[in-house]
Amino acid sequence: MSDASSYRFRKSERTLMQRLFEAPAIGKMSPASKFVAYSLLAIWSLFVLFPIYWVIITSFKDAASVNEGPFYLPFVDFQPTLDAWRIQFTEDPFCNFAAIVRQFGLLGYNSFVWVVSPVVELAPMEPQICKIYLAFTNSIVISVFSTGLCVLVGAMAAYALARIQYAPRFGNILIFVLLLVGVIVATTYAGAPWWASASVALAFFFFLVRALKGYFKLSLKNGDILFWIISQRILPPIVVVIPIYVMFQAVGLLDTHLALILLYAVANMPIVVWLMYDFFTNLPVELEESAQLDGATRPRIFWEIVLPLTRPGLAATTLLILVLAWNEYLFAVFLATVKVQTMPIMVAAKNTGEKGIFWWEMCAVIVVMIIPVILMAILLTRFISKGVLLGAVKG
Amino acid sequence: MATYDDMRQPGLIPAGTSRRTRFAEWVDRHSGTFFIAPCVTLILIFAIFPTIYSIFFALSRVRFTGDGLRFRFVGFRNFSKQFFGSSEVHFLGRTDPVSLFGYAVFAVIVVAVLVWLWRSRKISTWVGMIGRTISAAMAIFLSWILCASLLSGNSIGTLYTTLFYVFVGCALQFFIGTGLAFLCSQPISGKNFFRVVFFIPLMITPLGVGYAMRMVADVGKGPLEPVLQFMGLSDWVWSVDAWSARFMMVVSDSWQWIPFIFICMLAALENIPRDHVEAAQVDGASSWQIFREITWPQVLPVAVTVLLIRMIEAFKIVDLPNIMTGGGPGSATESMTLHSMYIWRANDLGSSAAIAYLLLILTVVVCASFFNYVVLGQVRKVRV
Repeated sequence: MSDASSYRFRKSERTLMQRLFEAPAIGKMSPASKFVAYSLLAIWSLFVLFPIYWVIITSFKDAASVNEGPFYLPFVDFQPTLDAWRIQFTEDPFCNFAAIVRQFGLLGYNSFVWVVSPVVELAPMEPQICKIYLAFTNSIVISVFSTGLCVLVGAMAAYALARIQYAPRFGNILIFVLLLVGVIVATTYAGAPWWASASVALAFFFFLVRALKGYFKLSLKNGDILFWIISQRILPPIVVVIPIYVMFQAVGLLDTHLALILLYAVANMPIVVWLMYDFFTNLPVELEESAQLDGATRPRIFWEIVLPLTRPGLAATTLLILVLAWNEYLFAVFLATVKVQTMPIMVAAKNTGEKGIFWWEMCAVIVVMIIPVILMAILLTRFISKGVLLGAVKG
Repeated sequence: MATYDDMRQPGLIPAGTSRRTRFAEWVDRHSGTFFIAPCVTLILIFAIFPTIYSIFFALSRVRFTGDGLRFRFVGFRNFSKQFFGSSEVHFLGRTDPVSLFGYAVFAVIVVAVLVWLWRSRKISTWVGMIGRTISAAMAIFLSWILCASLLSGNSIGTLYTTLFYVFVGCALQFFIGTGLAFLCSQPISGKNFFRVVFFIPLMITPLGVGYAMRMVADVGKGPLEPVLQFMGLSDWVWSVDAWSARFMMVVSDSWQWIPFIFICMLAALENIPRDHVEAAQVDGASSWQIFREITWPQVLPVAVTVLLIRMIEAFKIVDLPNIMTGGGPGSATESMTLHSMYIWRANDLGSSAAIAYLLLILTVVVCASFFNYVVLGQVRKVRV
């Protein structure tokens, strides 16, 4: 009855309406619903792609073809020019090739200075301002370093929460928090160097923990710590940005790369911990146990066994965090005023022109900004279509 | 079997091991602390401490002087200014003449909330009862503001503008995103193409989205101008009317965030086992029946979780109104974050911190209520 040949035989006898509205086989769609589905998908693709297309073609327009009404097709409606792009790179006197090479050199030199500055007195060199390159390199430096820091620290915490049983006593937590407040106050108000106050506080911490052992019995569990970390994502950034502005002003971190790197890393930490915790709990424990029996230490197990095993998840998380850091706006607008302007700030700054907005120039900057992001999006969808990032949502 | 920690007792290190091995052993024994300490410390320094420090700002009048900030304690004046004082219209909206309709709706809502609270006294512990009381108080307060401002025909403030973005935006995004995911989970070809294309907007900077939408929606020189002219709307400007401007924000926000709902729901829909669906198809169930009876109950836990994540992020909206309208017309499209930012620019740090704190309280209460009453309920239902 239900074999394929008899089915095909009956198919030709169906009426036109049946052929249109009934599915030819289980797991297939009828022509009518197929038509509806494809047209809906096409409409949505148009809705999604059109603004992007419009930004791209606007960046190839000149003032006249923007201001004299809508023109849709290059070479048909209007003659595309490279003016907007040329302005970004040539009108700015520091934007020739040699200047850009010099700026990259300066970037390397300044990061070297930053690393050795606690030991050797060296002044960072002022870069010559070529705005778009400065903003671009700032964005790259900040998002790459903050993503690296965020993923490393977050993955470590997630792994520890997935594998090691914690039972921190309330007393220890209290001592830790109080000493931390002491460090922050000492650094921002009394002007003590941060490493000195931090080491004093660390010494105090170990001393007090030893001394007060056994006085506090109440403790937290892993689930509580995990929930606490993840729930930090609820915190609106506007709440913390004003005190952080004042804190950074006190320690001279305002308008530096380090400030934004740290802040972005903390803001995205809950996402990393949440996603990575899921990957780590899904790994088989047996591998790690046998490594322990062979004498490997925890850090070594983490580096050489666990991280390589979660590589797809790690890559997907990294990409996601990279995009979030690349797009961040609120922290940058408060804390990066001149030197570490990122791409979003630069785009936003083009809003305020005396002669109105030069849309074609702005579009060129936006295109520069979204090309890396679109590439990352295409990479990321490959991970997601394999189901890499879904697990966390389920739990 | 001996656990990891049993094996690594200090006594197990034989005498005469090198200092380096001893150090490695010490690191290993304390690895739990070393693994989690950086994360916790960073969060404490850059999230918890500033949040507490922010209270000092919110409770005082702050001035920039030559040698730093000067705080003068003013109690809750920064907060009461938002509710009863000079900023009331800006924050809450105009609540003065309350119409009969407003009173009626408010009474209905209050009764409903109180009945819910009364009925839940049996099923929850006293901790849960405190939580439910807080949720109920927030619901009554928000519904009073809604009834007094919007339902009585008055203008709304930044509080309800934010809530409009959150609730209307999330609902719209959820329905369209789920619908698209359902379409893409059907047996169609070109699935990967649609997946990539629909995902892209999520990754684009909100600023870029704001400018792109501003260009596309430009009534004079934008690409939709011939359409508007054809419809006889050539004089209409969306950025002048409060509600059309707000709606435009929601549309742009949806353009960006529907991909998020879409990608999560699509993954959820593709992960459910096929055999139930196929069995129902063999039994002759229509696709609507299959969706309602089989597919939907299975993806519901994912759906509410995704909605919660989206809501948390939606409360933080700032870039789009800042770029597209600058908060205008008047303050019609200002979200609370943008409101706080503008007051910060006017050097009133105290009020700025107060509004930020109100946003924090609002976000925490709304999201925690949603998490406790909706998400946990759905997740538990699946486990049982």
